[in-house]
Amino acid sequence: MTSVDAPTKQPIASDQDVVRVRQMVRQAALTAKLPLVDQTKLVTAASELARNTLVHGGGGYARVEQVHNGRRAGVRVTFADEGPGIADLDLALTDGYTTGGGLGLGLSGSRRLCDEFDIDTAAGQGTRVTVVKWAR
Amino acid sequence: MDRVPVLKIGEILLVSIQIDLEDHTAMQLQDDLSHRIVETGAHGVVIDISALEIVDSFIGRMLSTIASVSRVLDAETVVVGMRPAVAITLVELGLSLKGVRTALNVDRALEILAEARPGVLAGSAADEPAAEPVP
Amino acid sequence: MSLSADAKGRLSTLLGTRQDAIIKEWTAIAARTLRGRQTEGELVHQVTEVFAALDTVLHTGDGGIHAADAGEARATLSELSRQWARRGFSPTETATLVFGAKEAVVGVLDTEGRGEVPVDFMDLSRLVDDMGLFTFETYTRAREEILADQTEQLLELSTPVVKLWEGIVAVPLIGTLDSARAQVVMEKLLQTLVDTGAAYAIVDITGVPAVDTQVAQHILKTVVAARLMGAECVISGIRPQIAQTVVALGIEFGDIVTKATLADALVHTLRASGVQISRTARKGF
Repeated sequence: MTSVDAPTKQPIASDQDVVRVRQMVRQAALTAKLPLVDQTKLVTAASELARNTLVHGGGGYARVEQVHNGRRAGVRVTFADEGPGIADLDLALTDGYTTGGGLGLGLSGSRRLCDEFDIDTAAGQGTRVTVVKWAR
Repeated sequence: MDRVPVLKIGEILLVSIQIDLEDHTAMQLQDDLSHRIVETGAHGVVIDISALEIVDSFIGRMLSTIASVSRVLDAETVVVGMRPAVAITLVELGLSLKGVRTALNVDRALEILAEARPGVLAGSAADEPAAEPVP
Repeated sequence: MSLSADAKGRLSTLLGTRQDAIIKEWTAIAARTLRGRQTEGELVHQVTEVFAALDTVLHTGDGGIHAADAGEARATLSELSRQWARRGFSPTETATLVFGAKEAVVGVLDTEGRGEVPVDFMDLSRLVDDMGLFTFETYTRAREEILADQTEQLLELSTPVVKLWEGIVAVPLIGTLDSARAQVVMEKLLQTLVDTGAAYAIVDITGVPAVDTQVAQHILKTVVAARLMGAECVISGIRPQIAQTVVALGIEFGDIVTKATLADALVHTLRASGVQISRTARKGF
């Protein structure tokens, strides 16, 4: 896939930033002409992942870009932090698993909501999650 | 900080969430509501989420918590106005909003609340004075 | 591919001095395939616009129609091809309108019928070919968009909603439910709940010939989503084969109410909404 236009970057250091990420992703989804349900899914996933970055990653940033794969337009969002990383990824990706008293649906849920989901993490090495949602 | 206003209408507290909620605002709402329920003795809470474009696990948790806390304080909660796209996303996300009653609109929510507490609004016929002991 | 400045100069002079004749010849060529589809006036107008695009391309940088500064020419061709797609022109008709330029130029120059090919014809040909291909691509995309819209409209029409009672709607599903259709149906059903405020929706699948795991999952998801919104769904019209398939596939409906007939579903939802039905004795007829 190729990037269309320069990506926008948003630091995530506060609750307000999480809201900003949602707004940026919503705008990008509108530009890529994602249908409403897909927009909602992407923004919801972004909200979960942005919060993860803030709460578990100790803060980081999100990068939002328009992409194209030759047939369809889409939106790619990357979340990165230099936090503790995830030691047991398989466990973290199971529904219901949580370390923060939440419902444990952040990672696994986000994966279900997006078309593509990539995670790069290890104990002590920070976390990087990339998701893509394509227009139909 | 933005606070979500809580309105009292008769025995019901009405909350209309109009803004893109920041996490701490959501926590503040939880707190405000529990205080208002106690202050006013409200027996019902209606939360209007028709303006919410997304409900993620944090908001979902907030709604569940509000419902539970209110119940402990003897008030029923009904969430209204969930958008179809939000409902579809929640199903995909696997979030069930357990313990949260929902209705399509405020009218229906008020009906549900009235059914849950029959006779309260009209005055209970069970409030009869206790028999006086014969001196 | 790039034309030399000389070639461009010669061609643009040619177009400039013989504009009327070229357009006339071009229109005649286009009319052969488009006879009756357009009025003479419309045809001339369109040919003139393509002519202008060609002329523009001769004055821009390298790359022909794809040159960075040939945006205006591209815009003209895009708009024209969208119009043609909307009006249902065939691919040949669309192509002729652009490729006709070549025959027109040769025809105008070869007034003595000697069959000579003018200098720079290859360059002109390449330019026109590129323009033609570009036009064709926009035309194709426009056609696909139109088809997609029509499909969506058809889907919309085939999911009617019937109000059975205060607060009770029926949504008869008709035809095979593939993944795409199921999505549309699901969204339409949920939107209907919002629009009607109905607390009960009867999803009747009498008209659905077969239910596989995917379809069943879609139906289930729809019911759960409706429940999240505050409405209950009852599934009716389950034929014996479908019931057997569902069991064989191990699909669990959980606490979702299912009824064999719409009538049963109606009675159920009426009762659930607190409506009592009684039969009065009828004396004589």
